Amino acid sequence: MTREDVRQAVIDILGDIAPDEDLSSIKDDLTLREQMDLDSMDFLDIVMELRKRFNVEVPESDYQELISMASCIKYLQPLLKDHQLAS
Amino acid sequence: MERNWLKGAKSAYDVVVIGSGLAGMTAANLLAKLGHSVLLAEHHYNMGGLATWFKRKGGHILDISLHGFPSGMIKTFRKYWTQEMADSIIRLDGIRFDNPQFQLTTTFDKTDFTNILIEHFGIVKEVIDDFFVTARDMNFYDELKMTTRELFEKFFPGRKDVWRFLMEPITYANGSTLDDPALSYGIVFSNFMDKGVFTYQGGTDDLIKKMKKELIKNGVDIRTHCLVEKIHTEGKKVTGVKINGKDIQTQSVLSNSNILNTVHNLVGDENFNPEFIKEVEKVRLNDSSCQVYIGIKKGERIDNVGDLLFTSVADEYNTEKILDKQVTSRTFSFYYPEMRPGLNRFSIVSSTNARFKDWADLSEDQYKIEKENLIQSTLDALEKYVPNVREKVDYLEAATPKTFERYTLSPTGTSFGTKFEGLKISRELPTQINGLFHSGSVGIIMSGWLGAANYGVIVANEVDKFMRSVSDEPKKTVSVSASV
Repeated sequence: MTREDVRQAVIDILGDIAPDEDLSSIKDDLTLREQMDLDSMDFLDIVMELRKRFNVEVPESDYQELISMASCIKYLQPLLKDHQLAS
Repeated sequence: MERNWLKGAKSAYDVVVIGSGLAGMTAANLLAKLGHSVLLAEHHYNMGGLATWFKRKGGHILDISLHGFPSGMIKTFRKYWTQEMADSIIRLDGIRFDNPQFQLTTTFDKTDFTNILIEHFGIVKEVIDDFFVTARDMNFYDELKMTTRELFEKFFPGRKDVWRFLMEPITYANGSTLDDPALSYGIVFSNFMDKGVFTYQGGTDDLIKKMKKELIKNGVDIRTHCLVEKIHTEGKKVTGVKINGKDIQTQSVLSNSNILNTVHNLVGDENFNPEFIKEVEKVRLNDSSCQVYIGIKKGERIDNVGDLLFTSVADEYNTEKILDKQVTSRTFSFYYPEMRPGLNRFSIVSSTNARFKDWADLSEDQYKIEKENLIQSTLDALEKYVPNVREKVDYLEAATPKTFERYTLSPTGTSFGTKFEGLKISRELPTQINGLFHSGSVGIIMSGWLGAANYGVIVANEVDKFMRSVSDEPKKTVSVSASV
């Protein structure tokens, strides 16, 4: 997956978790929580979706890596390098 | 001949979920959607645990715990159940208090509470804002030493009237008292203050019916009348369960039975580390409840006197008095025809916190007399709000801690699980026995409809992680969730 693919994969997951949010304006360097209404259950959903879709396990100690889009991409790209984004 | 309730069941499942409370059902549903084979075993003929109802002659439908939950339930239904269920959630905006210290009505949200605290109780706005921020910012990992009493003392010193205003509804919602950790108060209070109190339009029967349909659609094997007698373990690993005398294999069990039941009875102390059992023995159960169910005659009506009414004749909020058999505090939950559109019926449920020991040792005759006394004193108290109520009623029934024990199998009929320390035990089960998980009412913050359902999700996540780690074949990656 390219950087852009990983970004899109995260956007897809966020779109399912928070269907009412406008995700087109998400800024990568701000925390996700600043830009959308996400609670701790939503972050758990992100973890579950990553496991379900890509077989990627995010241990609890790494949850803070999901704080912003930029940190998500940085953390997930090495883990997703062999995956293809489903069309 | 006794019917075989396990007829057609498989000999092995990926996961066995014990108990169909909201935590068990939500976990079962999620695990099935994640591709696991799930058996959901419920000892009772109905599902729902304490999220339940019953029907009686005369067209009465009476709900046990439908009123009310925080707005977070909308999201929980949408994400882990269906959009349709989420769309059935409606707000209750008539929350009333009537006690010797104050009489008022509130919509039970931050804006209205702030106004009332300023105008009625004369508290400075900065103090209120600071209190809300403090309550909201408490989280799971916070310092546990501060009690709710100390929290109130810090912000509203000596103001027992304010304490009552802030505490009484939360005691009703999760059984917590002034002496429980402030954290457990802060989380639940903030959840409600976010947007107010909500309920499910259609009633508990409609909700559970829809959940059942969804579980079946997702492939969960639901078995009612099925009592799990034992969780089998071997070398600190789950190997199976015994249900109605029959062994079924599984590598993981998610127990939605009470945590103490799970450890002491289903698994057995001998299978745990003795140090762990010492910790389990320190877990305090929460208290239980009494309820009086009041069915209004067909064709009769009552005026709207609010949705939830917190009444008390006690001078001030006091935990001992709230639990006392000489009832001084009652919460009336009024169900109007909007609750079940099309039926045009009214019902009222009175709830009081109660101690098991006050009801456990009565003779059969005495128990009956005490129940009747409870019903009559409840009607006396209700008369003030619903004049001539006795003429409007044609069905009355009471539930006591013994009733709760019988239907939920929870020790001492606890209606709010355990005190805070139970949460740690629940979380640590998998470190003791591989594949053993617990979810359900523990530690106050995981209580109530929202707490229980969300805790089901949290633990289902761990079961999924575990099952993938022990599975030989990689689970296929599934695309996109049910929200589509």
